[in-house]
Amino acid sequence: MSVGGKTQPPGAVIGRARRRVDGRAKVTGQTLFADDIMLPRMLVARMLRSTVPHARIVSIGTSRAEAAPGVKLVLTGADFPIAYGIMPVSQDEHALCRDKVRHVGDPVAAVVATSEWAAAEALRLIDVVYEPLATIHSSEEALRNGEARIHEYGEGGNIHRLAHFEFGDVETAFAREAHKVYDDLFFFEGNTHLPLEQHAALAALDKDGRLTLWSSTQTPHYVHRELARALDMPAHRVRVIATPNGGAFGGKSDPFNHEIVVARAALLTGRPVKITLTREEVFYCHRGRHPVLMRLKTGVKRDGTIVGMDLETLLDGGAYGSYGPASTLYTGQLQTVTYHVPRYRFRACRTFTNKPACGPKRGHGTPQPRFAQEVQLDKIATDLGIDPAELRLRQIAPADSITANWMRIGTIGLKECIEAVVAGSDWRARRGQLGFGRGLGLACSSYLTGAGLPIYWNEMPHSGVQLQLDRSGRVTAFCGATEIGQGSDDVLAAIVAEVLGIGAGDVRLVTGDTDLTPVDLGSYSSRVTLMMGNAAIQAAERAKTMLRAAVSAKLGVPEERIAFAQRRVFDVENPDAGVDFAEAVVLAEGTQGTIGTTGSYTPPKSPGRYRGAGVGPSAAYSYSAAVVEVRVDPDTGWITVPKVWIGHDIGRILNPVLARGQVEGGVYMGLGEALMEEQIFRRLPHQLSGALVHKIPSMLEYKSITSLEMPEVETTFIEDADPNGPFGAKEVGQGPLLPIMPAVANAVFDAVGVRIDQVPITPEAVLKALGEKAKGRPARVGPQRFPDVPWPEPLVVPPPWEGGDGRAINQKRRTGTTATEATAPVAPRTAHHAPSP
Amino acid sequence: MSHYPTPPADQAPSQAARRRADRQSRRRDDGTARVTLTVNGETRDVVFESYKTLLEVLREDLQLTGTKHGCELGECGACAVILNGRPVLSCLVLGVQCDAAAVLTIEGVASGPDLHPIQAKIADLGGAQCGYCTPGIVLTARHLLEHNPAPSRAEIAEVLSGNLCRCTGYLQIFEAVEAAAAEMRAPAVSA
Repeated sequence: MSVGGKTQPPGAVIGRARRRVDGRAKVTGQTLFADDIMLPRMLVARMLRSTVPHARIVSIGTSRAEAAPGVKLVLTGADFPIAYGIMPVSQDEHALCRDKVRHVGDPVAAVVATSEWAAAEALRLIDVVYEPLATIHSSEEALRNGEARIHEYGEGGNIHRLAHFEFGDVETAFAREAHKVYDDLFFFEGNTHLPLEQHAALAALDKDGRLTLWSSTQTPHYVHRELARALDMPAHRVRVIATPNGGAFGGKSDPFNHEIVVARAALLTGRPVKITLTREEVFYCHRGRHPVLMRLKTGVKRDGTIVGMDLETLLDGGAYGSYGPASTLYTGQLQTVTYHVPRYRFRACRTFTNKPACGPKRGHGTPQPRFAQEVQLDKIATDLGIDPAELRLRQIAPADSITANWMRIGTIGLKECIEAVVAGSDWRARRGQLGFGRGLGLACSSYLTGAGLPIYWNEMPHSGVQLQLDRSGRVTAFCGATEIGQGSDDVLAAIVAEVLGIGAGDVRLVTGDTDLTPVDLGSYSSRVTLMMGNAAIQAAERAKTMLRAAVSAKLGVPEERIAFAQRRVFDVENPDAGVDFAEAVVLAEGTQGTIGTTGSYTPPKSPGRYRGAGVGPSAAYSYSAAVVEVRVDPDTGWITVPKVWIGHDIGRILNPVLARGQVEGGVYMGLGEALMEEQIFRRLPHQLSGALVHKIPSMLEYKSITSLEMPEVETTFIEDADPNGPFGAKEVGQGPLLPIMPAVANAVFDAVGVRIDQVPITPEAVLKALGEKAKGRPARVGPQRFPDVPWPEPLVVPPPWEGGDGRAINQKRRTGTTATEATAPVAPRTAHHAPSP
Repeated sequence: MSHYPTPPADQAPSQAARRRADRQSRRRDDGTARVTLTVNGETRDVVFESYKTLLEVLREDLQLTGTKHGCELGECGACAVILNGRPVLSCLVLGVQCDAAAVLTIEGVASGPDLHPIQAKIADLGGAQCGYCTPGIVLTARHLLEHNPAPSRAEIAEVLSGNLCRCTGYLQIFEAVEAAAAEMRAPAVSA
């Protein structure tokens, strides 16, 4: 690991390699994950899941199960009349299905019993009669077949969302300014998070009869809201505690049916009720990467610079809305943030299918179009005879600018990232020179440092931190942020410690508890370091002000001479004159009373004011560039990756150990997506049931990179403190994953001269492409067509350089934009669209 | 896929111990079983439903929740423990097979308040992010270093190939194991 850019000296805590504050708990097995919590008189729940992909529920017979030994309660959809969902515009789930099931694995009943065994046995005694409906297995099928409708809402038929934006006139740019227009189809297969920890939740009534839910969730605040809604309880009677997540990656961001089931069961039985999903059930929870078919047209000048881009995306959303309205827009809204794109048209369509719902996975909606963009740039470079690195360096989006679709960009360290990986890999000497079967590929990316808008419209802070200090010198930081392994707790402790001049280990933490902590929206969209971090700085600075005043008075020196370091508060001009930190709190408590402060953070307003502008804005964007080296066996198509070079523009490193871990973890997960990971389905033979089932709902068959496949990774961080980040920090949790998949595809081309325009890049695909090449046909494997989509009329939003003001010129003026409103149906349009079956 | 080496003969239970265990293993009429287990050096009689795996007995009946489950099918390595000196996946071992057995779990790895070098290096060098796979990795790596004090990177990767980690990308785990090995090889420094 190395560091470039405008490196800043480390603080006392910030920037220094350190054991994370929760490191000891993790290596001793003392971290309490949700399933590790056992309460007296605890009952266990299991859920009965649909065996058919799409059906009306005719009847559910529970009497035999209710009579089974050890069974305390059997629940069905009748017990859950209220719909819920993560987004206000996708309240389409019930904790247990009421009228119909929408995918194999959809829960229809739950048994609560004295043991897991008893619950599982009783599940077999529940009789469900289904009336099968036609099954929709793909986006294309959803477009062709409006019936049977999976949901009664959306854009008609089985179309969930449609969007169409024009940021400038792309067609004219193509016709008048482009030397050449490249038109390519790409497909990114769905894949899943596969956290090592299976989801678990435990609900109990406290001694006062209030409900507590412990859950492996990334978003305790949203779970709190939806739990109160789905159970029709006042939110203040509900407490949600996010236990440390054993990996999440986006997969624990939705409010889940099993959470609501155990909560209802605890309310009805008066006893603690726990559920832990089996690994197979985790695959049914899913909410993972959307399969996305893409058509990308890019017009370039002779020197390869982009004059316009036209992107169509088709998302296979699975059976529920989930984050889908946001995911839909994320398949295009960040396409303009890496390179300067003067005109941009973006059309997106999300369909419902009878598979587990897709949602946010690391990179949320962006890796798919980024794959398309970065592979196409490689094709353009090859075609025009320009070095792919040079092609990118020529057109990096300018710093401190606004993009065609009204995203405000601040700092950009992409040039330095590209230069680092080009130098590290000896790109200029080695690309194209390694001989048949070996190759190098380069790709870049950019990503959000926190979504600019919350999931539901509100004016409140996105993150709050509260500090409490007492005369023992204790500093406790309270924040709703959630530790999912990324180091959220460590960032909080480190920032408070840095400001107050104490050690990270001196800060006690209370996090992710809706009864005790100020709201933080959750560990998603790479938002925690920036948002919680800024709130923590404000809270700590306020505490510092109180202590400074007290120590200044005691020492009789002006406040500006008071410094905080090494657990002391002292006169900078006479460091021996001072008090230790605990004494400083004593002085402050004596003069000002009990010491407590708060800090809040709300991201800056985005300049975009059209409907849809709510998805994509961020306080800061991170940038990454990667070079991947591959070896491709032409006889088997097998790809091995000996080394990856990656540069990441992080703004400022807070803890080098954790930052590097996020990069390497991103590279690891990206390689898995590039080479093997896929959430795929097949139809059972008709004599069995004909059902659409998950092909590989197990850890063994869902292939992921093991210790044996993991390549060497050379990481370079580019530091250029971003004014919006705490100590200048930008995100590192998601961005480094994104360039990996296209870099692998580009490296395969460099190695054996074939284009694999789909992910994962399997040996079968490579062999097929080599076969095509040998026959003199186009050496490409990838999608062949983009189906007809009933696109609505465009929302016309002139880019800043065409005199726009961030509004659509054909949209009624609105006040305020939220992520959800922003993703509301895009324009009035006629009904409907979906061709009849 | 998993790499759990066969136990050295001197650490496996003796034939006599096995026979004794067979005699004493009580699958009782009420569906429970009773076994005597030595866990982290302490001998306990445990009564549990006889279908339970060693993983379930450890977590549910002995409250040793440091041992994790990720798949319950022997695919992920999160439940690795040392059984009679040999690393095993505790989700694939029945509790009733463990009468008179000695089990080491993550709770028994540190010496009092002092972390084992593998634990300390994993904590220091980023080998644990979410920490869910960490107990299995600590125990598997500890066993490796007991038998091979100076493993190569390839040997470490081979031995850990049955322990899936979704967070780290493995490299910081490898480095932690190497650093621990180096520390354990270094002659003790006297004050």
